[in-house]
Amino acid sequence: MYRIIRAEELAANIYLMDVEAPRVAKSCQPGQFVIVRMDAEGERIPLTICDYDREKGTVTIVFQVVGAATEMMRHLKTGDSFQDFVGPLGCPSEFVEEDVQTLKEKKILFVAGGLGTAPVYPQVKWMHERGIDADVIVGAKTRDLLIMEEEMKTVAGNLYVTTDDGSYGRSGMVTKVIEDLIESEGKSYDVCVAIGPMIMMKFVCLTTKKYDLPTVVSMNPIMVDGTGMCGACRLTVDGEVKFACVDGPEFDGHKVDFDQAMKRQQMYKTKEGRDYLRAKEGDTHHGGCGNCGGDR
Amino acid sequence: MMQADVLKKVPVREQDAKVRAANFEEVCLGYDKEEAMCEATRCINCKNAQCIKGCPVAIDIPGFIEKVKEGDIAAAYQVISESSALPAVCGRVCPQESQCEGKCIRGIKGEPVSIGKLERFVADWARENGVKPEGAAEKKNKKVAVIGSGPAGLTCAGDLAKMGYEVTIFEALHEPGGVLVYGIPEFRLPKQAVVAKEIENVKSLGVKIETNVVVGKSVTIDELMEDEGFDAVFIGSGAGLPKFMGIPGEQALGVFSANEYLTRSNLMKAFDETSNTPIMPGKKVAVVGGGNVAMDAARTALRLGAEVHIVYRRSEEELPARVEEVHHAKEEGIIFDLLTNPTEILSDENGWVSGIKCVRMELGEPDASGRRRPVVIEGSEFLMEVDTVIMSLGTSPNPLISSTTEGLEVNKYKCIVAEEDFGATTKEGVYAGGDAVTGAATVILAMGAGKAAAKGINEYLSK
Repeated sequence: MYRIIRAEELAANIYLMDVEAPRVAKSCQPGQFVIVRMDAEGERIPLTICDYDREKGTVTIVFQVVGAATEMMRHLKTGDSFQDFVGPLGCPSEFVEEDVQTLKEKKILFVAGGLGTAPVYPQVKWMHERGIDADVIVGAKTRDLLIMEEEMKTVAGNLYVTTDDGSYGRSGMVTKVIEDLIESEGKSYDVCVAIGPMIMMKFVCLTTKKYDLPTVVSMNPIMVDGTGMCGACRLTVDGEVKFACVDGPEFDGHKVDFDQAMKRQQMYKTKEGRDYLRAKEGDTHHGGCGNCGGDR
Repeated sequence: MMQADVLKKVPVREQDAKVRAANFEEVCLGYDKEEAMCEATRCINCKNAQCIKGCPVAIDIPGFIEKVKEGDIAAAYQVISESSALPAVCGRVCPQESQCEGKCIRGIKGEPVSIGKLERFVADWARENGVKPEGAAEKKNKKVAVIGSGPAGLTCAGDLAKMGYEVTIFEALHEPGGVLVYGIPEFRLPKQAVVAKEIENVKSLGVKIETNVVVGKSVTIDELMEDEGFDAVFIGSGAGLPKFMGIPGEQALGVFSANEYLTRSNLMKAFDETSNTPIMPGKKVAVVGGGNVAMDAARTALRLGAEVHIVYRRSEEELPARVEEVHHAKEEGIIFDLLTNPTEILSDENGWVSGIKCVRMELGEPDASGRRRPVVIEGSEFLMEVDTVIMSLGTSPNPLISSTTEGLEVNKYKCIVAEEDFGATTKEGVYAGGDAVTGAATVILAMGAGKAAAKGINEYLSK
């Protein structure tokens, strides 16, 4: 069992937890992820690693309630435990292997969208600890859904916050901020790392392509085992089949087939919708969800 | 008392095909004691027993059958457990027809002795009557790490524990058992009643199992040996990523690897309504491939309510699956579309599978595998309407361990290079066996390799 030593709600439906998992805490690197399972009936849920404390043996995860399993997970409190917590999975970000001096000479832009702020944080922190100041754009739908602003401030070079509805920071999508920075604010970058919903990563890639700005994205497709066995997480990258769990999760964003990946991510949506409602409403659910009668 | 027919096996009771096609209960019901003792009388106790030579773990087959004949099942169990850690599993999933039973003298004229069903009976009896394998007489003060808790790892760990070593198994998934848990379906190998109990037996020998450890990621082999004090390591990490055909449309929604489909159903219990893990039941399913895994996937989809077609490019004779599995699949209503090969997967406007384009094949000259090579019949293209496609074409090795272990050589197929007799790899103190070395094969071959490596490790650590 893996004990939760801190659990808090960061924003509506977004939760942060510090979990005791010494093996993962000891070996994880920015860019990697974990798989958690709440209890014996639980699904295996892949989550990005948001932070880690090697001495305390803890790993920080952040998740958003999107389906039946996360709906149940949100009720876990400090002192409760996860049945399973495995990792680190996937490959670390490529820069981890790069020479720090070379990295220092690069201008790096991180683009985080929504929940993607959580996995971007350990990457920016890693840079900060090595004296590299990276620019960071954080986008959220609205002010109430913005997470980890304070934490990010302490590790980012320049932090640009934007909300889709203009309720806080700049106004508009992260892609607009990229354009503004490069076109009107005299910025130039050598590499961009974008993490967030697939649709956001797709549009960031379309934007950075205009500037020939190499862009790394972190893919979060459906997974089962996460260790290179089931093949559910396959993606097409540069015309080739790649497995996010062992070849990724980070890929060259300009080569990822996002449209296909987004379609594949919807595969269990209806089934998940049903389970979500069952978990939330229990026996009181009597249809009307638009999902029950679905033929899939 | 029952009288055996010298030419025929005592028939084994099975669930009726129509009934079992709609449930996940075990298909074969096994012998009872009277049937087992009767079948045992058919063994003529050959001096130079060929059956033992056909067994990858060399069980003293006439020895245990002799005890069954006498009705001393506990003694029969101890004879088997000298050689095998997983008799209830092997009695169910070994391809006996090409191993022990394939060599049985009785088989020259008539049917061989039903060794598999007898082994199963003995193991089931022992479990039901609380008989456990005997542990080590004295402890050796040495630690061995076993990576993977599938058939190779469990066998290697069990043997080493019996020799007195302190053994820890590291398992990547949340449950031990490897392919026995995620791959082989409940109706062929019950998970709680059989697999979990055999794993308990291995643990009762003193073996520790740590789940949720992905060696190569959570910890490396070098760290296990240098920081955690393990004197030797056995790699039994199994096969890896599923292969796909590389035809257009393969990324459509509703195309699964057999590994994914089976893992969802077996490990994650998606067939059970209370599980949170979803699975697509499908209305009309095509399973591409002809091996045991294809049969397992097909029979799982059938039980979830689909009409199921096996699509295989060669003929029935070349089906790599066990005869018994093909026979069971047919009885249950699986349709075999043989000499048929998919060329493209079609999808509807939402990206879901709507059908597969196939061509008919005929058999030409034998190829490198010795089987007649399937050749496309010109102009034979046709459309098969399906809503789900399950690819069961084998796997390629998992890179997690080989890519993180300095000095561990792999061959051109990326399988770990290990010497055959004792499983030694190119790295000192590190042994390997099972699918990680051979590519996808059978449970019993993996067990044989685990056994050989246990001998190799014992020799290495006794130096």
